Amino acid sequence: MPQRSTRFTLAAGSAVALAALLGTAACSGASGGSGGGTAAGFNAAAASVVHPSTAKGGTLRFTAAQDFDSLDPQRGYYGFMWDFARYYTRQLITYDTKPGNASLKLVPDLATSLAQVTDGGRTYTYHLRSGATWEDGSPVTAQDVKYGIERTWAQDVITGGPIWLMQNLDNSQKYPGPYKDPAPDKLGLKSIDTPDDHTVVFHLAKPNGDFEQMLALPEGSPVKRSKDTGAKYGLRPFSDGPYKFLAYQPNKTLVLVRNDKWNKASDPIRPALPDRIEVVYGSNADDLDSKLLNGEADLDLNQTGLQQAARVKVLRDPRLKASTDDPTTGYIRYVSLVPAVKPLDNIHCRKAVIYATDHKALQTARGGPIAGGDIGTNMLPDGVKGADTKYDPYGLTSNGGAPDIARAKSELQQCGKPGGFSTTIAVRNNKSAEVASAVALQASLKAVGITTQIDQYDGAQTPNIIGVPNVVHKKGYGLIVMGWGPDFYTGQGFLQPLVDGRFILPNGNNNYSEINDPAINGEFDQAIATTDADKAGQLYSDINHRVMQDAYYLPIVYDKALVWRSDRLTNAYTATSYSGKYDFVSLGVEGAK
Amino acid sequence: MLAYLVRRLVAVVVMLLVVTLVTFGIFFLVPKLTGGDPAALFAGRQADPAAIAGIRRKLGLDAPVIVQYARFIWGLVAGRDYASGADVTHCAAPCFGYSFKTEQPVWPLLIDRFPVTFSLAIGACVLWLVVGVATGVLSALRRGSLWDRAAMATALAGVSLPIYFTGMLALAVFTYKLHWLTVSYVPFTQNPLAWARGLLLPWIVLAFLYAAMYARLTRATMLEILGEDYIRTARAKGLAEPVVIRRHALRATLTPVLTILGMDLGALVGGAILTETTFSLQGLGQAAVRAISDQDLPVILGVTMIAAFFVIAANLVVDLLYAVVDPRVRLA
Amino acid sequence: MTDDPEAFLSVRDLKVHFPTDDGLVKAVDGLSFELARGRTLGIVGESGSGKSVTSLAVMGLHGVGQYGRGRARISGEIRLDGQRLTDADPDAVRRLRGRQMAMIFQDPLSSLHPYYTVGRQISEAYRVHNPVGRAAARARAVELLGRVGIPRPDRRFDDYPHQFSGGMRQRVMIAMALVNNPDLLIADEPTTALDVTVQAQILDLIRDLQREFGSAVIVITHDLGVVAELADDILVMYAGRCVERGPAERVFHAPQHPYTWGLLGSMPRLDRERGARLTPVRGAPPSLINVPSGCAFHPRCPYAELTAGASRSTVPELREAARRHFAACHLPVADRDRIWEASG
Repeated sequence: MPQRSTRFTLAAGSAVALAALLGTAACSGASGGSGGGTAAGFNAAAASVVHPSTAKGGTLRFTAAQDFDSLDPQRGYYGFMWDFARYYTRQLITYDTKPGNASLKLVPDLATSLAQVTDGGRTYTYHLRSGATWEDGSPVTAQDVKYGIERTWAQDVITGGPIWLMQNLDNSQKYPGPYKDPAPDKLGLKSIDTPDDHTVVFHLAKPNGDFEQMLALPEGSPVKRSKDTGAKYGLRPFSDGPYKFLAYQPNKTLVLVRNDKWNKASDPIRPALPDRIEVVYGSNADDLDSKLLNGEADLDLNQTGLQQAARVKVLRDPRLKASTDDPTTGYIRYVSLVPAVKPLDNIHCRKAVIYATDHKALQTARGGPIAGGDIGTNMLPDGVKGADTKYDPYGLTSNGGAPDIARAKSELQQCGKPGGFSTTIAVRNNKSAEVASAVALQASLKAVGITTQIDQYDGAQTPNIIGVPNVVHKKGYGLIVMGWGPDFYTGQGFLQPLVDGRFILPNGNNNYSEINDPAINGEFDQAIATTDADKAGQLYSDINHRVMQDAYYLPIVYDKALVWRSDRLTNAYTATSYSGKYDFVSLGVEGAK
Repeated sequence: MLAYLVRRLVAVVVMLLVVTLVTFGIFFLVPKLTGGDPAALFAGRQADPAAIAGIRRKLGLDAPVIVQYARFIWGLVAGRDYASGADVTHCAAPCFGYSFKTEQPVWPLLIDRFPVTFSLAIGACVLWLVVGVATGVLSALRRGSLWDRAAMATALAGVSLPIYFTGMLALAVFTYKLHWLTVSYVPFTQNPLAWARGLLLPWIVLAFLYAAMYARLTRATMLEILGEDYIRTARAKGLAEPVVIRRHALRATLTPVLTILGMDLGALVGGAILTETTFSLQGLGQAAVRAISDQDLPVILGVTMIAAFFVIAANLVVDLLYAVVDPRVRLA
Repeated sequence: MTDDPEAFLSVRDLKVHFPTDDGLVKAVDGLSFELARGRTLGIVGESGSGKSVTSLAVMGLHGVGQYGRGRARISGEIRLDGQRLTDADPDAVRRLRGRQMAMIFQDPLSSLHPYYTVGRQISEAYRVHNPVGRAAARARAVELLGRVGIPRPDRRFDDYPHQFSGGMRQRVMIAMALVNNPDLLIADEPTTALDVTVQAQILDLIRDLQREFGSAVIVITHDLGVVAELADDILVMYAGRCVERGPAERVFHAPQHPYTWGLLGSMPRLDRERGARLTPVRGAPPSLINVPSGCAFHPRCPYAELTAGASRSTVPELREAARRHFAACHLPVADRDRIWEASG
């Protein structure tokens, strides 16, 4: 008993402390924030540009609880790194600087136009703009583009980044990467031609309709060979964008200043408004929220959303709420149903799980409609070609997300398990919302006699545990709680790693249900081969229907994050292309001198 | 005395070797038990087994653990070369290697982080010693009084409240409400006043916890000492009570306090993890936390060694001080 | 030992009570005695009989450094050289401590501060009461160390207590007690912690020094043998009260209280064979919270039945059995003499 009362006191005490912290922060925030612009309203930046401005100057201040995985363009894989990378890297093509889904449109950056696609979708040709320069004033050349992309091949040095371009351009050459390249100019990759300094030609072995999506990732950025420091490049990347590094010490300081060699005329994308960009690192997320609300910083670099304490405060106060946006992050939270673990090999048992689930309870576990997101109905979220959020084959959103016990029982009957069955729910131990989801799932399944144990495994070891099919089988993980965000907003980026049978890996697997359906695999091949986005969308829609009909996935929510937008910010909008984050490269600050 | 010091220093080196060996063991054995592979964490989410093998080779994780250990120790003593392709980097002794995660050299990172943690520990230590010992002595002398009961109740609160809570409360009140203090680290050499101002809040919060422990310890020890025969002797001489307390009781009371202080200070220099987290101070504790979550072995080893070194060094200093304080203790 | 108003130390109806959670501990409950200059009084009794509490009361050491609960309640009167110590200003009593009255404690190891040299501890005792410099205090301490028989005192001055043997340590304690030429020296079990041969040396030393300094001395012991050769007078305590007092030779040769007989029985005697037939006191000392009714000794007294129930109901008063020899016993004097003679 004393233990309990102590715990209660501590919990209550912590709540009081947090409330006090944010309470005072809010008071001063109201006055501190009013110096700049005025709050534009809740979700104002989701569909339109808040405080449009071309005024230059000032310092844009980010807060960050987590640092970049790497600032090396070929190595970064965190979503906020991709968003941030446009300050100091340029790509042949990039995403349009427009709010919402309009940001998904590809536009030329270093290139004069989108690719000339020839040879049945196998050859992509780009011409570079003139006037694009590195921070030492030297021009950005076609060779720089090729060299940058080649770096990805050096998988022992350039670790951690996406390898889409490598998968589509190696063409069985087994290129060892530039560091082991015997060619004197280190440009030995055969699939990329640079006939002159301002022309780049890509030769794909197979057509891929999303190839330009891949080029738009930072992975497609040029790197100047004489400035390449290999593994250490991420500590001080050499800029061809409007900003260059003044200082970077991981987890400690990051300051970007104007790159005076950057030529505005060569860059149609980047307004480059602030004079200086700083990151305030912190290890206490609640304290960082206070800094934001207090006007000491402008926005969260990580864009993971306000912590619970700040969220409660903000949602209660309309004035504060007007300074927030609640974009969808592109992430889908889901439960994988693993047919390899009996009795989930039986589709009726899988359907029983889906019907028995209290979707509202799982949504609440994720943080409710605002912090968690809308209840998911299928595996393709809004914005992806072929998505249809109204497609709800199991009626997950009907009855406010309540479970359909009668259907669940009938499915159990058909499965031959009228009294239910037992299985294991696997969940990462370091994601509290996922653990809460697992608990909610356990509780709802219990109502129809499906008993579950929850196995919280070491989240840091995810690729080595649920990423290994053998481990999943051995541990009997019938239900796996996970989330997935796409690298780019197409069916290929979104669905292929999750449902294409050829993506089942012995380690680091993401297709936890081990779906290997020839029909689905074939549709992927067709969808990828076409350069007709609408046709591809139709195929992805079809794949989505197949996956849902076979009950491999139980969607939980289309993720949302409640993020703070300082009233000082100009040109603020959230971009679907950067998973609902503010488009960093467009931001400016008001009150700049 | 010299022989003693030499022997103790040898023991320090042996202890450090043992600590690194244990750290190595934990790092390589525990993931094996859970079926994990640190190299997989550094690969991207599409990485294939070949890429993971390449990473393992690059990080030197492909060699037998004992060889890795030998290389590590050799690097500490003599420095070592890192080759990636044709690019060879020499890492001078003491070489702790390069962070798996950020590619930073570890030794400069430690050198950069150390003053933060050290400043935090030292300032808090001075504060809690003064407040804790004074409170404990007064409580012991006024046992049962209102002061004693109030002080001990406060001390109980100090001991039981988590530092995250007191830290957040302090931030809420002093930083966001009153705007008196903001927490930041300014090097002492740059501006001593700003150094002290920037660390005052964490000092107070950390000292509150420790002062509470020290007050309770001091009070208990003081009460015990006041019952000693030699205190009665001192009084029987006709010494005034303040002299009895100061000259006879306090000195004996400080001996156990000193022992605990050595351990606490050593452990704190190893990383005041929660305090650093709460106040976003970029010290060794923060480096340790991040390194562990990133499975960043070289940083883990570096921080562990620094921490172990200071725990051992603090204990050595305590032992030496002990001999100064208590003539019965022989250094042999 | 008369009720001499000129007595150097006079204790009248001293009561020392300690309130505890279990009740009031009556450690000393109505004790009176006198002591003249140059005389030695032996206070004898089992542990818990109130001997040490009495000596600390004389020194004014009860209640020093104590606050609130656990503090002793002292009543009665203590006079030293005509000066009332009870109810006196604590600081005035403090100034007497160590100068006019000094004390030697039972365990010299625990009674000396382990962190300071013996020289420093002795000098300190001197300098509290004498406005002299370090060097003068040192000279005085060295002198005293020599007087108590410590070889090469100048060198041993800088040694720590743990560097001395038990006997030497007790000599240090004695030197410290004598450094201010006290008029009253209280030795509380001065030899208990020492081995037998050293005991004799220390006792000889105390006797010699007493003659030399002319102090009044109280020797507190549970062992009659210790005071046999040292004391002029003996006071036997039981349960916080005096049960017998008188000149030493009287108490040894014609003891008047059954408790004293028992104490003599537990004393190894070389001089008289009949002592071997005496039986030591049986049973355990009484609780000082619930002191037995009547004569506190009656539950352990083999002769209690001979008093026709008086020992159970009435507290016996101290009565003079012979000149200056008092005992508190219900047995008629004739019966006592008969029993004592019979045991011999």
